[in-house]
Amino acid sequence: MINVHLVLFLAFGVIALAGAINLLAQTHPINSALSLIAVMAALAGEYLLLGAEFVAAVQVIVYAGAIMVLFVFVIMLLNAGVEEHTRGSRVAVLFGIPGMLLGSLLVAWVVLRHSGTEAVAAGALPGAPKTIGPLLFHEFLLPFEITSILILIAIMGAVVLASKPPTAPPPIPGSAAIPGPRKVN
Amino acid sequence: MPIWIYILASVIKSAVVLLVLLTAVAYTVWLERKVVGHIQNRWGPTRVGPFGLLQPVADGLKFLFKEDLTAPHVYKPLYIAAPLIAVVFALTSIAVIPFGNPITIAGYSIPLQVTTDVNTGLLLILGVTSIGVYGVALAGWSSNNKYSLLGGLRASAQMVSYEISLGLSLVGVLIMAGSFNLREIVDAQAGHFLGFIPRWNVFPQFIGFFCYIMAAYAETNRIPFDLPEAETELVAGYHTEYSAMKFAMFFMAEYANMITVACLATLLFFGGWHGPLFGPPILQAILPVFWFAAKVFVFLFLYIWVRGTLPRFRYDQLMAFGWKFLLPLSLVNLIGTAIAVAW
Repeated sequence: MINVHLVLFLAFGVIALAGAINLLAQTHPINSALSLIAVMAALAGEYLLLGAEFVAAVQVIVYAGAIMVLFVFVIMLLNAGVEEHTRGSRVAVLFGIPGMLLGSLLVAWVVLRHSGTEAVAAGALPGAPKTIGPLLFHEFLLPFEITSILILIAIMGAVVLASKPPTAPPPIPGSAAIPGPRKVN
Repeated sequence: MPIWIYILASVIKSAVVLLVLLTAVAYTVWLERKVVGHIQNRWGPTRVGPFGLLQPVADGLKFLFKEDLTAPHVYKPLYIAAPLIAVVFALTSIAVIPFGNPITIAGYSIPLQVTTDVNTGLLLILGVTSIGVYGVALAGWSSNNKYSLLGGLRASAQMVSYEISLGLSLVGVLIMAGSFNLREIVDAQAGHFLGFIPRWNVFPQFIGFFCYIMAAYAETNRIPFDLPEAETELVAGYHTEYSAMKFAMFFMAEYANMITVACLATLLFFGGWHGPLFGPPILQAILPVFWFAAKVFVFLFLYIWVRGTLPRFRYDQLMAFGWKFLLPLSLVNLIGTAIAVAW
């Protein structure tokens, strides 16, 4: 009997990795954005396999469904064109790839050291909304509220930036004779 | 239950639900043409079959045999993918909708819904429908046509804006039921207030229901919120460049979304499959599904009625309505419900 969970885990993992590589390889921003959506959907599948159904659903609704729609929206609005691929800097190749390998090895070592080598069983995490709710609103209430205030500040910043008072347009040469709209204080 | 019975039941259920849904989509179009026709004092389709009942078949055949034109300036991969995305996600979201109590066949209890009884059913529907935006947005962009692009932009901005009100309007119901599970939400509405009024959520949650219906009409791009395809200003909006079956797929998606919205309204606010049960056992087994279908029909009729009655909003009115009226109203409803339940 094949382990269905393992097969699904590998399938979602391959989709996520392929999406991430495709994101870097594509030259058109909209293709990259769509690959990012695939990555996020595959990650939601992995969360679901671990039993974190609420996090999986929120991942799809918030990241794949709302944030990425804004990405796609901005790309569509600006009509961003095809990017040119450069060959990249030599420093990035020389130090970036070994650095990345070293970093991921370090993270893997720390994680394995502190959690043991036992894999998390499929569906083992307590991820039902009924367990997450009390955690968010009792145990982690302060971080939760601080995060919401942080987001509120970000929203206010965006509103302030967007509602810049309109500056007067530069006078068109030779149009002095035409009375423009009077400035009302 | 052995795994092969499980798989067999799933395949049969998927096939039946898909068949019923696609037939319902075709006949909702017929119903719409008929009802809007009568509202405007004309007959609607009458020629194909009795009362024009075979009109959907004729339309389907016509869409299949029309020439599939692809304009030379489109971005082909996404131009082809967009209608597929729209229709696939519209049809997927019906999978978690329960239609009735589990039935027992040969000793096995089989839930009347395509998936098993998932705990986060409602969140799954919201997730799937929020992905469905890409169909419309990408169709508008990949067509490489300014009308299509404007339609796609309008659609994505509108759907992101109204999704918040849609989600918040449902939280009141969730607080009252204490669960994301659609079956538990329905079962919490069994019984009566004062002995004769059905215990439907629509009575305590009438503000939530109002917000839900408004936001859902905007999410499905229907009149009075059908600005993405406003034909007086945008030719046909995001599907201007589409023809034949690709064009039909956008309409299949739109009507399938309407049916999902109607099912969800029935489940969350109108007691789902609960209704008076009477008669012999076989009738008692069929009646819950009948009540469910009847309530969904009422909602589809309401959709069409609204379409035949109301004019279209202006775009700035749409955004102001969504952000300045509907969102605060659903927030007030949420806070009020929370206080009432906690108290």
